[in-house]
Amino acid sequence: MYRYDEFDARLVTERVEQFRRQAQRRLSGELTEDQFKPLRLMNGLYLQLHAYMMRINIPYGALSSKQMRQLAHIARTYDKGYGHFTTRQNIQYNWIQLKNVPDALADLAAVEMHGIQSSGNCIRNTTSDQYAGVARDELEDPRVYCEIIRQWSTLHPEFSFLPRKFKIAVTGSPNDRAAVKLHDIGLRMHQNEQGKTGFEVIVGGGQGRTPFVGKTIRDWLAPEHLLSYLEAILRVYNLDGRRDNKYKARIKILVHQIGTDEFRRLVDTEWQQIKDGALNLPQSEIDRINAYFTPPAYAQIDDETESLNEQRTQNPAFDAWVQANLAEHKVSGYSIVNISLKSPKLPPGDVTAVQMDALADLADEYSFSELRVNHRQNLVLADVPQKDLLSLWTKLIELDLATPNIGLISDIIACPGLDYCALANARSIPLAQEIHQRFQDIDKVHDIGELTINISGCMNACGHHHVGHIGILGVDKRGKEFYQFTLGGSSDQNASLGDRTGKGFPADEAVNAVEKILNTYIMVRNDGERFLETYRRVGMKPFKEALYGSA
Amino acid sequence: MIIANTLADGFVVFLTEAHSWTNDITKGAVAETDEQAESLLTAAKQAEQTNVVIDPYLIPINIEDGLRKPTEYREYIRATGPTVPIPS
Repeated sequence: MYRYDEFDARLVTERVEQFRRQAQRRLSGELTEDQFKPLRLMNGLYLQLHAYMMRINIPYGALSSKQMRQLAHIARTYDKGYGHFTTRQNIQYNWIQLKNVPDALADLAAVEMHGIQSSGNCIRNTTSDQYAGVARDELEDPRVYCEIIRQWSTLHPEFSFLPRKFKIAVTGSPNDRAAVKLHDIGLRMHQNEQGKTGFEVIVGGGQGRTPFVGKTIRDWLAPEHLLSYLEAILRVYNLDGRRDNKYKARIKILVHQIGTDEFRRLVDTEWQQIKDGALNLPQSEIDRINAYFTPPAYAQIDDETESLNEQRTQNPAFDAWVQANLAEHKVSGYSIVNISLKSPKLPPGDVTAVQMDALADLADEYSFSELRVNHRQNLVLADVPQKDLLSLWTKLIELDLATPNIGLISDIIACPGLDYCALANARSIPLAQEIHQRFQDIDKVHDIGELTINISGCMNACGHHHVGHIGILGVDKRGKEFYQFTLGGSSDQNASLGDRTGKGFPADEAVNAVEKILNTYIMVRNDGERFLETYRRVGMKPFKEALYGSA
Repeated sequence: MIIANTLADGFVVFLTEAHSWTNDITKGAVAETDEQAESLLTAAKQAEQTNVVIDPYLIPINIEDGLRKPTEYREYIRATGPTVPIPS
């Protein structure tokens, strides 16, 4: 993985000391809250419902075991012994104290981590495919370009005060696991007619109160032009994006209001001014960054088909986990292991310090000392030899980290909701847990099959409800929590926004509504048809009837 | 009652009769008239000026079986903590 050079290290260390002085001035009263707030936000420090919340970037979701141990240390020393992995592949601590934040940031800097640009109207953590570099369907490793974008966008002076926040995602696979069509800029790597790999550039996707699937403004962009083209997009947005209304300030509104063709024209005009200039990416620079992502020293081994099958036959619980939580690795004899953070016991995405330390040990033992965070709030050990799967699973069971539910009904995305968030209108976590409890029967869960339920506690949509196969939005209706449903959303290469079913349900009826939707699906589906395919074939009518009657 | 976050640690606190701050809702001052509420708010704003707390404001409460319960569920959760257990 990428390691800091002297510039990265100095920048992060200097920022810690700068923030230490700012925090001291705030605590001594030299700075007012109004003066201090933008400074703390620039370092990822929010004030939430109960306490301060500190968000730490995990660049494109990649973590070393050493960093994971330090995250455990932060949780234990400065917080209440746990952390929350987010839909942006970052981690948040919910109970950090302002007086301790400078020390926590110094500890993070020691392992090349920080909260710079994890908040505010700037370019945020670039996100990617959690299977980057190991996926069998991958064309090229997207982390190389994520890292190049990280370096370009970190403290970029021109883009420190954008109209609103800005999120970029990159995928190197045709099967999009990074939701690139739901980002301010999505980059999808593919080959042109000459067989050369470049980027489809998608802009103006996003969720929130005005959701859009992104629009393609360039079918193929050569890697050497990546930064100049991104800079041109950001310049157009920086100049023309609205600043008068926070809710209309994202790039998606600009693209929607002036139209894709006009936006493309503006970008191209700007691009002609800067193309082939200082931002050109020579192959030597791409190679230099690529060297940080050299594959680990894989053993030359065959797939363990026979012994693995035998272990699965002998142990049905192991079999269920293998079936649900593993993905195909590009190297024979290895598997990608997804670690579900959706146990019935903890809120989605939450991990205790004890688990973090143990996960770091498991990464050292089984997966070349690396872990990944994905946007569905789970973790990944990307390089596990198949001969070790049973032994790894046994240890994960002891840690309550072997829930066999990746991509299934209880693999629910949920934002922190009103249990933690100052913006939320309703709670998300209790509903996620209630759904998990209701659908415990493993046969029924596998019968329902691939399904994403995404829950947000307000229309800012941190829980990605617009793109859940079943999306649930918590609202406040005359002082009570209500939940509105959408169906048919998807964040993959065929991204779509869900359709509203109708009026919302009070909290005590929300799980029943999920059950009615799923019973309807089971009734009307064709053989082997996933929920999303069924919905796309039959439409809203039968689901609406099940939920509201046929009146 | 007046609810706020302390500056140094960020935790939720309530203003007491003595104009100090407590994490314990049962020790916070309850205003029964508009005048009392106004007086509490004035004291709280003073504490904001002197950088003891952030963003103090008044919340309505009910007293049920002798216990103080913020009437809005947002404030109830804010006063009593997450409704799901803290992971351990």
